[in-house]
Amino acid sequence: MGGIATREAYGKALVELGQINEKIVVLDADLSKSTKTSDFAKAFPDRFFNIGIAEQNLMGVAAGLAAVGKIPFASTFAVFAAGRAFEIIRNSICYPKLNVKIAATHAGLTVGEDGASHQAIEDLALMRALPNMRVFVPADAAQTRAIVKKAADIEGPVYIRLGRSGVPEVFGDDYEFEPGKGKVLKDGKDVTLVAIGIMTAKALEAAKILETEGIAARVIDMASLKPIDRELLVESAKLTQAVVTAEEHSVIGGLGGAVAEVLSEEYPVPVVKVGVQDVFGESGTPDKLLEKYGLTVKEIITAAKKAISLSRRLQT
Amino acid sequence: MQDEILNLKLIANTLRQHVIRMVGEANSGHPGGSLSAADILTVLFFKEMRIDPANPQWQDRDRFVLSKGHASPILYAALAERGFFPKEWLLGFRKINSPLQGHPDMKKVPGVEMSTGSLGQGFSTAVGMALGLKLDRSPARVYALLGDGEIQEGIIWEAAMAAAHYKLNNLTAILDYNGLQIDGPVQEVMNPEPIADKWRSFGFKVITIDGHNISEIINAIDTARQYLEGPSIIIARTIKGKGVSFMENRAEWHGTAPKPEQVEKALAELLEGREKLWEE
Repeated sequence: MGGIATREAYGKALVELGQINEKIVVLDADLSKSTKTSDFAKAFPDRFFNIGIAEQNLMGVAAGLAAVGKIPFASTFAVFAAGRAFEIIRNSICYPKLNVKIAATHAGLTVGEDGASHQAIEDLALMRALPNMRVFVPADAAQTRAIVKKAADIEGPVYIRLGRSGVPEVFGDDYEFEPGKGKVLKDGKDVTLVAIGIMTAKALEAAKILETEGIAARVIDMASLKPIDRELLVESAKLTQAVVTAEEHSVIGGLGGAVAEVLSEEYPVPVVKVGVQDVFGESGTPDKLLEKYGLTVKEIITAAKKAISLSRRLQT
Repeated sequence: MQDEILNLKLIANTLRQHVIRMVGEANSGHPGGSLSAADILTVLFFKEMRIDPANPQWQDRDRFVLSKGHASPILYAALAERGFFPKEWLLGFRKINSPLQGHPDMKKVPGVEMSTGSLGQGFSTAVGMALGLKLDRSPARVYALLGDGEIQEGIIWEAAMAAAHYKLNNLTAILDYNGLQIDGPVQEVMNPEPIADKWRSFGFKVITIDGHNISEIINAIDTARQYLEGPSIIIARTIKGKGVSFMENRAEWHGTAPKPEQVEKALAELLEGREKLWEE
């Protein structure tokens, strides 16, 4: 898939943060080589805590560290972070609004060969439903760096979703992240493609192909899944009258759900969701998995045409 | 010393009265496990812990985490008596718009160090606090009160392993071993024994005491403080519902509120007990 994985960028950003902020501490649950927190562990051994294979305690300890003034980044795979430790995140981090950053790696199908047990496709739905939680999903290395740094400045819980596999560059090094704001990457009047994570690059590619067919697509990266940019979504719906969402997550409760929630209340237009269709993944290479489960450029193009046709039907 | 112990016994008696009034007024709450922990909290809040009600966020303060968060009435009673908030708040317990939630909320009540209630989690956060304070070379200590039913939660043992691994000698756990949980005796529901051996094998210094004996509680906390190798746990044998005869050793008083006539009877007993303390 090319490019730097967001988890790699996370590891490097943590080290940069560690140099400028003494309060940053990092926790892991025996996956530091995979989550890349090992970079921080090497640079700041005193401020790195391996909690062992105990994800519930990972989150509880992070909450305690935050309660005495630290800014903990807790990392493990998304399936264990959001899934196994869910109720600790709910009751010990979000309810008391403690300053814990959860950086969950290996999210989505692109975990690859490890298979369904390790492919989190519901973490965004779980995290998004928690009061006080902010949910950010970077699309590439530069955006990851910006998000990780911003997360350290924000007071309160943050969930950052990272991937295992390399991703193409979307943003330049001058990119700045603003919570609650989406970014228009390409303008167009016929359909809006809203994407996050690895699907942002694919949405841009889809837009290029649509262009050759005479369809002008507006492409938005919505890395700030929560708080979501309601204003930009409504403005785009008004402009294009048709919306597609694309995410490496279940079509239930993630980006598609969030966009539909906003538009159904504020400016209803067709919203067609590209994502995992309420099924578990399986072992395979990331590319083969994305192909099989419909997370492709081709699928986005099909969805765009469907959204436009639904929209026309509504207007006649 | 004798005067001090008598004074602490009187305070514990006052806290027990608050518990009965609060749970009675709310018609909801957990009296049994609040009464069993009354003497422990009295020693912590009125003798051992370095805390300042006028400055609840004082950086070097000792921290108390009520991991068995359902015993919130005894924590609220101790905090109110210690001056963290007005005693009038107590009668709002569990009512709408009150800061005194059914289970402690650190964002609403001065002196509450962690929001707890989901069992096992408070202890895990206490380990995190101790770790952070140690990193800062803070003189502060962390105390966590656990229930005997609560130690059936897996996260307790995850946290225990981490506390020993990181040699958290600034952490003292206290187990309120009253022997009863909602469904009955802990040994019948899910036997936690041999408790002392378990904690010892997890790397804790274990101190076993009578959890209603003020002098023993004081000595145990001192012993724990002087132990520098790692974390300690005080296993305090207690009586659920202690101080109110019809509640003592009865699982049904885990989470049941006394009716008005039962409140009267309980308070009368506690007042009688108070008189006896003076006579001793």
